[in-house]
Amino acid sequence: MNFYNEMMDANDGVRAHYKAYDEWLKATPPERIARKRAEADLAFHRVGITFAVYGEEAGKERLIPFDIIPRIIPANEWKSLQSGLRQRVKALNMFLWDVYHDQEILKAGIIPAEQVLNNAQYRPVMKGVDVPGRIYAHITGVDIVRAGAGEFYVLEDNLRVPSGVSYMLEDRKMMMRLFPELFAKHKVAPVQHYPDMLLEKLRAVSPKGVSNPTVVVLTPGAYNSAYFEHTFLAQQMGVELVEGRDLFVKDEVVYMRTTQGPQRVDVIYRRIDDDFLDPTVFRADSALGVPGILKAYQAGNVTLANAIGTGVADDKSIYPYVPDMIKFYLGEEPKLNNVPTYMCRKPEDLKYVLDHLPELVVKEVHGAGGYGMLVGPASTKDQIEHFRKLLIEKPDGYIAQPTLALSNCPTFVEEGIAPRHLDLRPFVLSSGECVNMVPGGLTRVALTKGSLVVNSSQGGGTKDTWVLED
Amino acid sequence: MLSRTADHLFWMSRYMERAENLARLLDVTWQMSLVPQSLDVANQSWNAIIALNSLEEAFEAKYSSVNAENVLRFMVSDADNYASIHSCLRLARENAHAVRGTITTEMWETLNSTWLEAREKSFEQIWGAGIGDFFEWVKMRSSLTRGTTLGTLLQDESYNFIRIGTLLERADNTARILDVKYHVLRTHEDEGATDFYEWGALLRSVSAFEVYRKVYRDVITPDRVAELLILNKDMPRSLHFCMNSVIKNLELIANRQSGETTRQAGLLHAQLHYARIEDILEQGLHEWLTDFMDRIYMLGDGISKDFLVPMSEAA
Repeated sequence: MNFYNEMMDANDGVRAHYKAYDEWLKATPPERIARKRAEADLAFHRVGITFAVYGEEAGKERLIPFDIIPRIIPANEWKSLQSGLRQRVKALNMFLWDVYHDQEILKAGIIPAEQVLNNAQYRPVMKGVDVPGRIYAHITGVDIVRAGAGEFYVLEDNLRVPSGVSYMLEDRKMMMRLFPELFAKHKVAPVQHYPDMLLEKLRAVSPKGVSNPTVVVLTPGAYNSAYFEHTFLAQQMGVELVEGRDLFVKDEVVYMRTTQGPQRVDVIYRRIDDDFLDPTVFRADSALGVPGILKAYQAGNVTLANAIGTGVADDKSIYPYVPDMIKFYLGEEPKLNNVPTYMCRKPEDLKYVLDHLPELVVKEVHGAGGYGMLVGPASTKDQIEHFRKLLIEKPDGYIAQPTLALSNCPTFVEEGIAPRHLDLRPFVLSSGECVNMVPGGLTRVALTKGSLVVNSSQGGGTKDTWVLED
Repeated sequence: MLSRTADHLFWMSRYMERAENLARLLDVTWQMSLVPQSLDVANQSWNAIIALNSLEEAFEAKYSSVNAENVLRFMVSDADNYASIHSCLRLARENAHAVRGTITTEMWETLNSTWLEAREKSFEQIWGAGIGDFFEWVKMRSSLTRGTTLGTLLQDESYNFIRIGTLLERADNTARILDVKYHVLRTHEDEGATDFYEWGALLRSVSAFEVYRKVYRDVITPDRVAELLILNKDMPRSLHFCMNSVIKNLELIANRQSGETTRQAGLLHAQLHYARIEDILEQGLHEWLTDFMDRIYMLGDGISKDFLVPMSEAA
């Protein structure tokens, strides 16, 4: 397979936008780099930028490895990515409004109705609910990869509770602290205003008639893998970080329990999945949610960001239709590529997939986080046969895609500097007509040689992401 | 401020203060045990520490006999003992973790690195390096936490809850140390010269040795030790000082339902303010201290109900 190297061109020359960094790297003594890398580890540990890994010893926290070679994106590439992201997220929000209201796209036969309405992620309780600004996905994390010839693909849209933005911000802080001289040599677009932008968006979608909304961040609690991020965002925005038990609903209004009595809450940036939000409606065994919050939401007395029921738009079975949504709602050609996808529920697709398993990536329709997937070229015969059985048993539970030659970037590993595969997750913020993002996003890198899975739960690391200004 | 946030802050500071006070109590017991004394007397003091925390059962389940090394191991490093220094530092850190967005980065880093360091120390290492060094370390980390709080935290409600937690815990602990040691010491008062060292060690355990000299400029007598630790309003670990500060902070956070708690705290404070040590001793120090600790407990309970875990949603 031919991999696109973010730093080096096909003739082993350094790409123009990496020249200055390359010169710096060559001129900097290895001892200084080693010292700085150790310093970064220590600082991340002390600050407690860690995440919990499910399935490991309870309460155990791990550092996400941080690599000091940045992922650099030239201005023109970012410009086209940005406009593609705006277009895509806009269409996804219009799709969500549509499927919970008139369902024009289903009537037009663009997407088979049963694919949407029978989808486990479709929430009938949201039918006819008018969310402020018609925005469902206020925060979207779009996973983007670059393939062999240098072209970008959207791998998936995360519209539920995408995480990782705190690492984007902390990585930048760390780079500036370790190597301030690099920022004098490059015009790196700033990202540190993300929390302000987020707060502005959240305030913009407050319920009708509320002029000075109380915004809170709702977390599942200290044992959640992304807890660091929840506290980080609440602190950076200067709002309360609440758990379900801090909130209660009375007469369809949400209040938080404070030392001075109950205080009304208007906008909730919730980092809890739909299923756990309201035990009276969804999972009754959820201790994380707030009984009665759905009624308050339906009555328009509180705004949830993201809205309930966004999962129907980022489900892997809906993903193949996103280009059609863009054409349908915006009358535009999609600017970002979708990865060609085989839907195993279709007999002809299933046949192709079963015949080509060693070349394909197979994913569970409802899976996430790099769990429950098969990367054909990197799998053993047994693993492939195991998936063959699964596919035959439950074809509509899976999709398959060609194995993309994910681009790579030089990265510090045990044996020195070597190329490792990476992806990019920009965080797109929506309110009303406005779709914004800070330049760049979170770059995740697979630290195991040859691995194409970048998830931190699977041992991935991160890099600072630089969008260069013209 | 969120009630739960206040609750975490309150307990974060209580556990840190508890770790420090436990280090002080163990340190003084350890030092006293180095002064020549009969094995009986020595074991009596170690027994008292277990009894003080009502941990007899938990201790007996794991250790066959009461002696210095076993009790120290149990109270310093035993992760299964929720009252050990190890557990207190862990709980302080866990409570801080839950509100790390409310406390300052410096406070969080201090509490977090204290726990990370404590976690690395096995009892063998602590014992081998000299256990006194460890107690000093705990005291320093507690001082550092307090200093960082004072030097970086906005003095709003969060500060008030942290102070109340610290001072209630400290009042309780000073009362306990005095209760336990006063009686052990009083019973063998006739043993002579060791007295001076033992009373000295008790004073040092609450950083009051030099203070005593300054205040009384005279030999150490048990009654004055009691007076200093209970009634002196300027000594940072005395009961009177603690209650002074509790009252001040409690008034700043008052809400609609906290009137009775404030009244009880005021009553307790007034009694300390106007008490005479002769009267307390005549009533019986042990009885008086037991009553005091009960009331401190009730006060903590009242604060909890009024501010930290409000039951009534309509309030």
